[in-house]
Amino acid sequence: MAELTFKDFASDQEVRWCPGCGDYSILKAVQRALATCGADPAKTVFISGIGCAARLPYYIESYGFHTIHGRAPAIATGAKLANPELDIWVITGDGDGLSIGGNHLLHALRRNVDLNILLFNNEIYGLTKGQYSPTSRIGTTSPSSPGGSVDTPVRPGAFAVGAGATFIARGIDIDQKGLPGILTDARAHRGSAFVEILQNCIVYNKDIFESVSNRKTAADHQLRVQHGQPLLYGPNQDKGLRLNPKTLQLEAIQVGAGGVDEVLVHDETNPALALMLLNLAPPMPTAIGVIHRRQAEPFSQAFWNNKTRERRQRVVTLLHQGNLVDHRE
Amino acid sequence: MSQQLAEKNSHIVRFAGDSGDGIQLQGQQFTIASALAGHDLSTLPDFPAEIRAPAGTRYGVSAFQIQFGGERITTPGDAPDVLLAFNPAALTVNLPHLVPGALIIVDDSAFSAQRLRRAELTTNPLEDGSLNDYHVCRVDISHMTLEAVKPFGLGAKDSARCKNFWALGLVLWMFDQPRDATAHWIQAKFANNQPVRNANLAALAAGHAYGETAELQHILSQHPIPEAPLESVAYRTITGAEALALGLTAAGELADIELLFCSYPITPASALLHHLTGLDEAGVATFQAEDEIAAICAAIGASYAGKLGVTSSSGPGIALKTEALGLAVAAELPLVVVNSQRAGPSTGMPTKTEQSDLYQAVYGRNADTPVPVLATHSPADCFETAIEAVRIALRHMTPVILLTDGYIANASELWPIPDIDGFQPIANRKPTAADAAGVWERDADGLARLWAAPGDAQHIHRVGGIEKDIETGHISYDPANHQAMTDLRAAKVAKVADHLPEQAIAQGVPGGLAVVAWGSTFGAVYQAVKESLSDGLAVAQIHLRHLNPLPANLGELLAGFEAVLVPELNNGQLATLLRDRLLIEVAQLNQVSGQPFPVAAVKAAIAEHAPPRLVEALAEGADNG
Repeated sequence: MAELTFKDFASDQEVRWCPGCGDYSILKAVQRALATCGADPAKTVFISGIGCAARLPYYIESYGFHTIHGRAPAIATGAKLANPELDIWVITGDGDGLSIGGNHLLHALRRNVDLNILLFNNEIYGLTKGQYSPTSRIGTTSPSSPGGSVDTPVRPGAFAVGAGATFIARGIDIDQKGLPGILTDARAHRGSAFVEILQNCIVYNKDIFESVSNRKTAADHQLRVQHGQPLLYGPNQDKGLRLNPKTLQLEAIQVGAGGVDEVLVHDETNPALALMLLNLAPPMPTAIGVIHRRQAEPFSQAFWNNKTRERRQRVVTLLHQGNLVDHRE
Repeated sequence: MSQQLAEKNSHIVRFAGDSGDGIQLQGQQFTIASALAGHDLSTLPDFPAEIRAPAGTRYGVSAFQIQFGGERITTPGDAPDVLLAFNPAALTVNLPHLVPGALIIVDDSAFSAQRLRRAELTTNPLEDGSLNDYHVCRVDISHMTLEAVKPFGLGAKDSARCKNFWALGLVLWMFDQPRDATAHWIQAKFANNQPVRNANLAALAAGHAYGETAELQHILSQHPIPEAPLESVAYRTITGAEALALGLTAAGELADIELLFCSYPITPASALLHHLTGLDEAGVATFQAEDEIAAICAAIGASYAGKLGVTSSSGPGIALKTEALGLAVAAELPLVVVNSQRAGPSTGMPTKTEQSDLYQAVYGRNADTPVPVLATHSPADCFETAIEAVRIALRHMTPVILLTDGYIANASELWPIPDIDGFQPIANRKPTAADAAGVWERDADGLARLWAAPGDAQHIHRVGGIEKDIETGHISYDPANHQAMTDLRAAKVAKVADHLPEQAIAQGVPGGLAVVAWGSTFGAVYQAVKESLSDGLAVAQIHLRHLNPLPANLGELLAGFEAVLVPELNNGQLATLLRDRLLIEVAQLNQVSGQPFPVAAVKAAIAEHAPPRLVEALAEGADNG
């Protein structure tokens, strides 16, 4: 088979998101990642719930299953158990994955089912016309919260740490340089790989991530993490994070001429550090990249312990177990 | 009143005590002994939802009823003629069910002032004359158990717990039934605890010896029962949950498809999950999901990926699964959904039985979302019904609902072990290498689409809950297409009827009253119709396995009767279905008490509705089924 390019992963269906939607660039990044990995379209499956993001499977030339609201992780779990050879991607959003489907996301992550879970976070319900979502910041005005929302949002990455996720990353929709790499890493991870993608809903929550995603301000607001590298950011990589041992919190510091000794070095295997990085909020920078990764046995691998064999004979044996009463002469 | 338990070919024995007394175990062991003695049998475990309810209370009484004997037995019996009661509450609660003149064996020392109070009794029924209509055998079971197990050095609590085996030994002696199977069971169960093992064995032997030696012949004597006229094949005792598990396992093998059974614990459906675990070499894997919705969704995921997903629950859990069931209909995936019905609504009475989820199964979804529905009628019948459910799911690429209930799940009966080679292999719609058909091309037989699963490079496609184009499978909001797809989904389920066997008459002949029923009422209806036939009434039994679609000949068959009576354990759900689908008038007999029908209730309704005439010819034609 000739090597596939990202275009080969585009289905023949017309893409029906709003013009300018962040989903277009995520779709492109996914297609790029698939091409880079040399994914086999026949063994690749995209499973989604309901919402704008959930339409993505229709647009990728692979197997796709557009299911019901919030349940994609459960359906994907069953599919993975049935056929562990499949490369299964779950496409969800902040409403689908953290509101109606929060329970399934929790259990897929804690079981460490070998899935790639992409949560498109736009902090709003798009498909139902703009209500505030479980990730909306307090004060979000929407048709269902005209006076501003009052409930505390959930942070997707922190939720994933709590669920015991073994791979947690964050990416930005329009980041065609960085996002495909994050997706490639997610795919390579054995177990549940959780990727929160900051996605711009240009109709109902336009530019909510503007400070992070805008090229002009990105350097000051993005913390690109890399395992084994100091946590530096800023236009000249002149800012860094250090741990205040008294408060057990991260602090931003100016890196002096003396070097970067004080700056924390990223350790992706440390869930405590991951939690601190994932909870960073403005004015602190937003952590981007693979924030947490550790090895653990995936659920699906241990599942079919014994292969089916001599099946007819085994069924016959089962039928004849129990309290036999033989009335044969 | 005679001084003896009536000599009969069959007896109905009820064991009753606290829910921690080991009553269910006692009943199960007696069941096995009955089967080994060559008797036909039917059991009714009747226990509270609480695991160990406070001792001595009326609501904490656990009971196990068995009818066994030397003739065909189809129900656990209406009125026990032997009651073994471990305490005053167990006696009081069960007394109203007994046949007059029944033998009551009580644990004498349990009738202390304190325990009478726990049972809300102001006087002692053993002494206040309330048992005058019965034979009462006062045996100091607790005390004699302690004596029997004294040599083994157990603590007071463990010693007392052996009393169920002491009493079992006595009852086994009464009916001259073998003790070996129970002894083996004790040996295996307590293999790692020698004192407990020996104590229980000693208790069993002591109870038996008491029967032999005690000078109580005037009230307690042996009642040997002849063997039942069984076929010359191997039998085993089996509960409905066990038979269903075996049926699903066998169906997977007949279809050459592995099964993924996904469920969430719920009474009384959990037993199916327990029985299906550990069968991976027989092609079954189980997954305990985080909730009911995840359970059906994982099963759908498994079917999507090319294995057969099966999920199971009881009514409240099925309600949660309903949206996902619609997805399986829309995506046209095979799936089996088992509902072990229980008394409701809401939590209702989880350990009690009911047939009230028929509307839910046939009508209970948003939109026009037809699903084939089958019901099993007895523990043994679960095996074949499971195979039929899988056959329909795979032939028509559709979810199928299989209705069973709490009674069938827990009750046991004697099962002639089937020969799996005698079943037709189950075909499926997986693409073959030579097949150039597209995913959405349908076969004329079942209108089923192709079961193309991930991994197959020839049939890469997308599918979902959004309406799809009838030709291409792509998203379609076209009005004419939605009409066509709705019609197709209806035709697909209607087409199931083309493959069903003609509905037969189980017993009796046409002309008079047809008693049409479904599910676990089979045994009671069978017995009631049988007795009514021998009383000379013009009556026939028609028992439905297929409820959606109904068998194609059912309308014609019922047109040959003067009247139709529908007995069911709900407020008239099959009655509604028959009126809806066949436009016929039916009379109803309904009971919603959490208990199976008494034969007498069905018989009385037959007498009320059967045409008033004797049909001698029926006597010859009786018992065709």
